[in-house]
Amino acid sequence: MKFSEQWLRTLVNPPVSRDELVARLSMAGLEVEEVTPVAGAFSGVVVAEVLSVEPHPDADKLRVCQVSNAVQTLQIVCGAPNVRAGLKVPLAQLGANLPGDFKIKPAKLRGVESQGMLCAASELQLVGDYGDGLLELPNEAPVGQDLRSYLNLDDVSIELSLTPNRGDCLSLTGLAREVGALYSVPWTPVSLEPVPATHDQVCAVEVLNPEACPRYLGRVVRNVDLSIATPNWMKERLSRSGVRSIDAVVDITNYVMLELGQPMHAFDLAEIQAGIRVRLAEEGEPLRLLDGQEIKLRSDTLVIADHQRALAIAGVMGGEHSGVSSKTRDVLLESAFFDPVAIAGKARSYGLHTDSSHRFERGVDFQLARHAMERATALMVELLKAEPGPIVEQVSDASLPKVEPVVLRSERINQVLGLHLESSVVEQLLTGLGLGVTLQTQGQWLISVPSHRFDISIEEDLIEELGRLYDYDRLPIRYPQARLAPTAKTEARVKVSDIRRRLVARGYQEAITYSFIDQKLFALFEPEQSPLVLANPISADLAAMRSSLWPGLVKALQHNLNRQQSRVRLFETGLRFKGQLGDLKQESMLAGLITGSRLPESWANAKDAVDFYDLKADVESILSLTGSLDAFCCVAASHPALHPGQSAQWWRGDQLMGYLGALHPELLKTLGIDQPVYVFELELAVLEQGTLPRYKELSRFPEVRRDLALVVDEQVAAGALLEQVRSVAGEYLTALRLFDVYQGKGIEPGQKSLALGLTWQHPSRTLNDEEIAACMQDILGLVTEQFGATLRI
Amino acid sequence: MEHLDALVSQALEAVQHTDDINALEQLRVQYLGKKGELTLVMKSLAGLSAEDRPKVGALVNQAKEQVQEALNTRKQLLEQQALSARLEAERIDVTLSGRGQQTGGLHPITRTLERIEQIFGAIGYSVAEGPEVEDDYHNFGALNIPDHHPARAMHDTFYFNTQMLLRTHTSSVQIRTMETQQPPIRIICPGRVYRCDSDQTHSPMFHQVEGLLIDEEVSFADLKGTIQAFLQAFFEADLEVRFRPSFFPFTEPSAEVDIRRVVTRNGEERAEWLEVLGCGMVHPNVLRMAGIDPERYRGFAFGMGVERLTMLRYGVSDLRVFFDNDLRFLEQFR
Repeated sequence: MKFSEQWLRTLVNPPVSRDELVARLSMAGLEVEEVTPVAGAFSGVVVAEVLSVEPHPDADKLRVCQVSNAVQTLQIVCGAPNVRAGLKVPLAQLGANLPGDFKIKPAKLRGVESQGMLCAASELQLVGDYGDGLLELPNEAPVGQDLRSYLNLDDVSIELSLTPNRGDCLSLTGLAREVGALYSVPWTPVSLEPVPATHDQVCAVEVLNPEACPRYLGRVVRNVDLSIATPNWMKERLSRSGVRSIDAVVDITNYVMLELGQPMHAFDLAEIQAGIRVRLAEEGEPLRLLDGQEIKLRSDTLVIADHQRALAIAGVMGGEHSGVSSKTRDVLLESAFFDPVAIAGKARSYGLHTDSSHRFERGVDFQLARHAMERATALMVELLKAEPGPIVEQVSDASLPKVEPVVLRSERINQVLGLHLESSVVEQLLTGLGLGVTLQTQGQWLISVPSHRFDISIEEDLIEELGRLYDYDRLPIRYPQARLAPTAKTEARVKVSDIRRRLVARGYQEAITYSFIDQKLFALFEPEQSPLVLANPISADLAAMRSSLWPGLVKALQHNLNRQQSRVRLFETGLRFKGQLGDLKQESMLAGLITGSRLPESWANAKDAVDFYDLKADVESILSLTGSLDAFCCVAASHPALHPGQSAQWWRGDQLMGYLGALHPELLKTLGIDQPVYVFELELAVLEQGTLPRYKELSRFPEVRRDLALVVDEQVAAGALLEQVRSVAGEYLTALRLFDVYQGKGIEPGQKSLALGLTWQHPSRTLNDEEIAACMQDILGLVTEQFGATLRI
Repeated sequence: MEHLDALVSQALEAVQHTDDINALEQLRVQYLGKKGELTLVMKSLAGLSAEDRPKVGALVNQAKEQVQEALNTRKQLLEQQALSARLEAERIDVTLSGRGQQTGGLHPITRTLERIEQIFGAIGYSVAEGPEVEDDYHNFGALNIPDHHPARAMHDTFYFNTQMLLRTHTSSVQIRTMETQQPPIRIICPGRVYRCDSDQTHSPMFHQVEGLLIDEEVSFADLKGTIQAFLQAFFEADLEVRFRPSFFPFTEPSAEVDIRRVVTRNGEERAEWLEVLGCGMVHPNVLRMAGIDPERYRGFAFGMGVERLTMLRYGVSDLRVFFDNDLRFLEQFR
C-alpha cells in the first residue's frame, strides 16, 4: 500500500512530524517500507508564462524566449521542442538550486544571455508520468507562485508493507482511522451523500453463485464525457499512491478504491449483452484481459459475464472488449463484495496480481459497496457531467460474513500480555478503533466489531490490538519460570556433534549442500532408482530430492577442483529421501568424501594420494565412537556409483548401514574429475546407538606373543581369515593383528603372504608353552583346511 | 719413590692428552688395571719391611687416587663435550611446520545452530526434529493457515502434489511435538526449510530455528524477556532490541524483532534497526488443534533465520556462499 502523506493529512492530521508519523506506523505493525519524496530537493522555481519565442541567431535547436514571472520579463534561452508562447512552465530563476546541487546563474548560450532555466519534470525529479520536454502546467496556474507550493511538492509517497490481516488499512480511510486511534485525534470521513438518479435506465444483475458473491451493485451512468481529462489533483494523488492515470473513468474507480478500499470496475454498457450474470466460468472459456493477455478460464473461477460470455474475472481483472475506451459513452459501474475464499489464489493461478485481487483476497468491508458506488457516482457527475441511474443491488444476507461480538476479559489481558491495563484505558483504546465497547460485568466487556475490522473474531485479536496501541516496546519484560528438575540424557547415544568433531579432527571440512539436485546427476549415481521430484522446482538443477548425499558433495568437490584446490576432504549430515511419496523414507545420513594427497602439502609429509584405507580408517574412527567397533562389519559389495573392486558395505548385525568405496572411474570421467575420489555414507540412526564402557580387570601375568606368516591365494579376504583365526585361538587371545601383507619376490604369483601377530594373556596365571603351542596348532590346522594356507618359510 | 712420582706424572700427562673416551679407558687399564703399572707397584710392596710398608702403601694409594681422579675428571669432560657435540648436531629448525593431518572445521551454519542449541539447552529447552517432506496439514492447516489464506502467498512453497510439500518452516515440528506431548513443553526445532525463491537475498533452502514454550503461566512479557536475553547472549552484546507488531497466522499477538546494529553502507557507518526474528503467543486455534486446552495453557513461539544470524555474527555479506562450499570460505570458520 502506497499513499501520499498530504492526502492522508487531509483526513487526519496528528500534530507530529513526518518522521515521527512514519516511525509510529512501523511500531504499530504497519511497516513502512519506503518514504520517497515526490520531487527532488530544489528551490527558487516558480510558475512562469512564456510570452514570446524567437529563433536563436546562432543555433538551430535553441530558442530565445521572453518569460514573465509576474514581477518582470526575463530573457531565457531554451532548447525544449515544446516551448511555445502562452505556455505555463516552471522557471528556475537566477539563484535557484536544482536537484544535484545545480545552481542557476546568468549564462550566455551561443552568445545570447539567459537569465534562468525553463524546467522539465525530470530536471525537478518529479515522481510520476510527465513525459519529456518542458513540464506543461495548466492554463490556470498562477504566474509567480512558488512551484513547490503550487504542485504540493513538499509531499512524500509512503509505502507500507502490510500484513495479510490488515486489509482494512488498504485505503486512505482505513489509514486515517488507524492514525486517529494511534494518536487519539479525530479523523474526517469522506462525505458519502447518496446521488439521486437522473434517469431510470438499469442493467439487470443476476448472481448465480451468491456464496462467492454475496453482494453485487450495478449502476448505469450515461453520457460520460471522456474528452474531459482527469483533474490534476486526482492524477497527483493517484501517481503518489503508485497508480497510473488511464482515463477519467478508470481513474475515478481507482481513486475510490484508494480512498475507501473498495475495488470497482467500469464496463462499457454498449458491450454488455442483455445483463450481468455473476457465475462460475465454463472450463476453458476464453477471455481476453485488459492487459491484452488471452486466457482460458477454469471452472473454479468466478466471472462477471453477460448473457453471452465472460466479461471479467471477478475481483481480479476486467476483460478487454467490455472495458472503457475512448468510444465509450455509457458505463456500468460495478461495486461488489466477493468472498475472500472465492478470490484467494485465483489471480496467482493465472499469473496475475492486481490492486483489486490484493484487496479482495485479504477481505474488503462487506458494507462498503454502496458507499463506494455513491462516491464514484458523485465524482463522475461532478467531474465528467455524467448522468447516474438507479443502483441495482443483489444481496444474499445468508452469505454475507457475520461479525459476532467478542467477549474480552480483563484477567485474560493480564495473562496474555503480562500487563494490567486500567479499564478506562482498555475502553479508550478500543473505542478509538471504532469498536463498540459494553461493560458486561466488572472486568468483562462485550465488544462489537464493525464490518471493516473483519479480522477481529476472538479475544486474542482484541488483546493484540490493545498491545499494539499501547506499544509493544512499553509492554513489560519477564522471564519464564520453570522447575529445575534434572533430566536423564542417554549417555550411550553417540551425539552427531561428536561425530562432526571427530571428522573435523581428522581433517574434514563440513559442507552443507542442497537437498534437491539435478535429475541427471541423480541418475548418474542411482541409475536404477527414480527420484522424488518437485512439481515446481526453481530450476532443473534443483528438481530431484537427493537419495544420497554423494552427488551434492561431488558438486562441492567440483566447485573446489575448479578453483585449484586439489586436496579436498568434506563431510555432510542431512536427510536423504528414498522412494516415492507413499513409502518415502527420510533418513539422516552422514557422508564424506576425500581426494588428493593423504596429508597437506608440507616439507614433512609424503606426497602419497589417499586411498580406500585412508577413508576406511576415518570411518572406523567414527564407528569406534559407539564403543563397539567390533559390532560393525565391512564386506566387499557393489554399488552403481562405486569402483567394483574397491567398494564395500558396512553392516551392523543384520542391518546394512552404508557404503564405502572409490567412485567409479567411468562416473569420474563423466563428471570431468581426473583424480580418484573416495566416499562413504552411513545411516546416522544406526551409528547413534552406542554402548557404555565396561571395565575388565587388568591381568598381572605376562603376555605371550607369537607371529605367524601364512601364504594364501590372493583372493582370500583377510577379514574372513582373521575372523576364523580369532574363533579358534582360545579365550585368552587378547590381540590379533595383521601386520604385513606381501606379494612379490619369494611368493608365487597369485599368492600373498599375511603376517599375523597373536597375543595371549591369562587373567590369573602365566600361560605355558604347551598351551600356546596347542592354540597355534589349532590355528594352523584351520587355516590350512579352510583357506589352503601354508606356512611361509 | 722417584719412580712412583715419575709414573704419576707420566699417567697424568697421558690423561690430559687423551681426547677419546676409549683411549681413556685403556689408560685406566694401563695404570690401574689388575696388571697396571701402579697396581704392580703396590704388589711390589710385599718386599718391603713391615715398618715401611704402610707408609709406602699410603703413598702408592695416594698416587692411584690421584690418577683415578684425573681419569674421572677427564672422562667427565670428554662426556660433556661429546654430549654438547651431539646436541649441536641434533639441532633442528623449530620454525618448520608440524607433521601430519591438519584439522578441518564445522560449517558456519552448524556453528550458529550449535550456539543457539547451547543457549537454549542451558535453560532447559530440548531439541526436536522432524521430516522435511511434510504434509499440508502440518505445514499449514494445523498452524491456522487454511487453504487459500493469503499468508500462504508469504511462503513460496515447493510442492510434490497437492498434499505433500517441502516444509516452509520448522513450525511443523512444533505441531508434531504438541501432538504427542503435554505441557510443559520447551523445545527448539532447528533444521532445513525450503522456499521457492532464489536471488541475492533468498536461497531456495535455508535454516531455521523455531522455539516453543507452553506452560500455565506464560505471557508476552516472558516472550520479550526470553528473546531479548537470547539475542544479547547470542551477540554477546548489550544490544538494543525492539518488538514490532506483525502477523503470523499461528501466533497472536505476533511480533517482529529488530536489533540495532552499526552497519556500513556506501562506506558510511550508521546504526540501523535490522529484523532478526518473528515471534508471538501461540494462537489458541493452534493449541486446540494439537489437543491442548488454551484456557489452561498458553505458550509462545519464535522463529529465526540461521543464515541471517550467521551473516550478522561473522560479517558474511553474501547469502549464496553458504552453499557453494568453497574451501576458502569454509576454512575461515576453523
